[in-house]
Amino acid sequence: MNRPRRTQTLAKRRVALADPALQLAMLDALDLPGGDFEDQLRHSGHEGLRPGPFRVLQLNLGKLCNMACLHCHVDAGPDRIAQNMSTETAEACMQAIERLQPQTVDLTGGAPELNPNFRRIVAHCHRSGVQVIDRCNLSVLLLAKNADLIPFLAEHQVEVVASLPHPRPRNTDAQRGDGAFNRSIEALRRLNAAGYGTGDPSCRLTLVHNPAGAFLPASQAALEQDYKRVLDRDHGVSFDRLIALTNMPISRFLEWLDTSGNLEPYMRRLVSEFNPATLEGLMCRDTISVGWDGRVYDCDFNQMLNMTSAIARPHIADLDLPVWSAHAIRTARHCFGCTAGAGSSCAGATT
Amino acid sequence: MLPQSASPGADMDTYYKPQHLSQFGEIADGAPELAQAFFGWYEKVFEEGALTAREKSLIALAVAHAVQCPYCIDAYSTGCLEAGADLDQMTEAVHVAAAIRGGASLVHGAQMLEHTRKKSMT
Repeated sequence: MNRPRRTQTLAKRRVALADPALQLAMLDALDLPGGDFEDQLRHSGHEGLRPGPFRVLQLNLGKLCNMACLHCHVDAGPDRIAQNMSTETAEACMQAIERLQPQTVDLTGGAPELNPNFRRIVAHCHRSGVQVIDRCNLSVLLLAKNADLIPFLAEHQVEVVASLPHPRPRNTDAQRGDGAFNRSIEALRRLNAAGYGTGDPSCRLTLVHNPAGAFLPASQAALEQDYKRVLDRDHGVSFDRLIALTNMPISRFLEWLDTSGNLEPYMRRLVSEFNPATLEGLMCRDTISVGWDGRVYDCDFNQMLNMTSAIARPHIADLDLPVWSAHAIRTARHCFGCTAGAGSSCAGATT
Repeated sequence: MLPQSASPGADMDTYYKPQHLSQFGEIADGAPELAQAFFGWYEKVFEEGALTAREKSLIALAVAHAVQCPYCIDAYSTGCLEAGADLDQMTEAVHVAAAIRGGASLVHGAQMLEHTRKKSMT
């Protein structure tokens, strides 16, 4: 992989590629044999993608993050202060939780813990008996102002789903910045000390692997075994399970693919690895994704591309399940990221 | 003098074209049953077994360097990454290949030594 540079958000650098329309156009302009996603669906016997049973309400609380990783599909970073969910929108989300009755509320960002409404939403879900996932960058747990965050998460039985691209420092620091690996290990130690990652189902600790470059992830099961062995041997830390994600060719990863000369080969690889067996478990079929401003999308990636769900009023305050269940999921070329190989979703491999 | 057909430039302007890797399967145009047997066996070799898929990829990467096959180096550099290996692990594998190649040359020095001791008064 090219040597990491100090990453700044596309927004801060005011580069043209910060515009999602340009990202979509860049993907569309590639010469990709078999690269029409809807055609691929048809060839595998599907007339478009439709929702299945609703399960997950994923709330993106904002683009604000204390880190700025090279591959971030959100273009999150410390400068994205304005793109943060308001209390009014958070209220609308909590009302929607009562109305829609998801099994799981999945909190993501940015660093969702930096949103002032984070704890209220978690407590609300816990009272309502809804399982909460916190998509955590680990280093946020070390911030002085978050000293009591781990006990709060444990008390509310929140599953912590934490990014750790590799069980050894090189690839982790390449993506997430120098020193990120050591900070992650320190956060994992603190989580272990609070009971996370020790087999207690009420304190589940899940690690997230993604490749440090333009290639597909290894087998999720093999990676989990390797992570467990190496993290225990080298650092004495443990976790419950690992999920593996494919890097999505949008936002900052798209920029890296383009500038490193990997864009077309990577997209060709994703297309050539299209696997119809992944379609059943695609996250867009059981997840409603909500942006920091309350707008509704078919997934977090469509959210970053400004592709709102194809329904009359795509806002969380207006959403009802019958309308969502009947709508057609919007797709584009980035969708090949979820259908390659073993498949990829916010819950990991889909086959 | 080299026969005409062995001269680069007769049919090809260079050897080792990268696209030949993706055309490897076309070797089945001749003797297809042999190609089928080879590719079937090859696939079995790299399945997860007593060795993990990553261990096999790292061995393949090391051997690719020992036999200096550019196709295999490309293929197993990606293969190792996609098996979850990182650059440190891959570089160590290449050093293993280099150590064995270097050692293989050096150990022949024992033959040189025996020969020299027999022939000389030193």
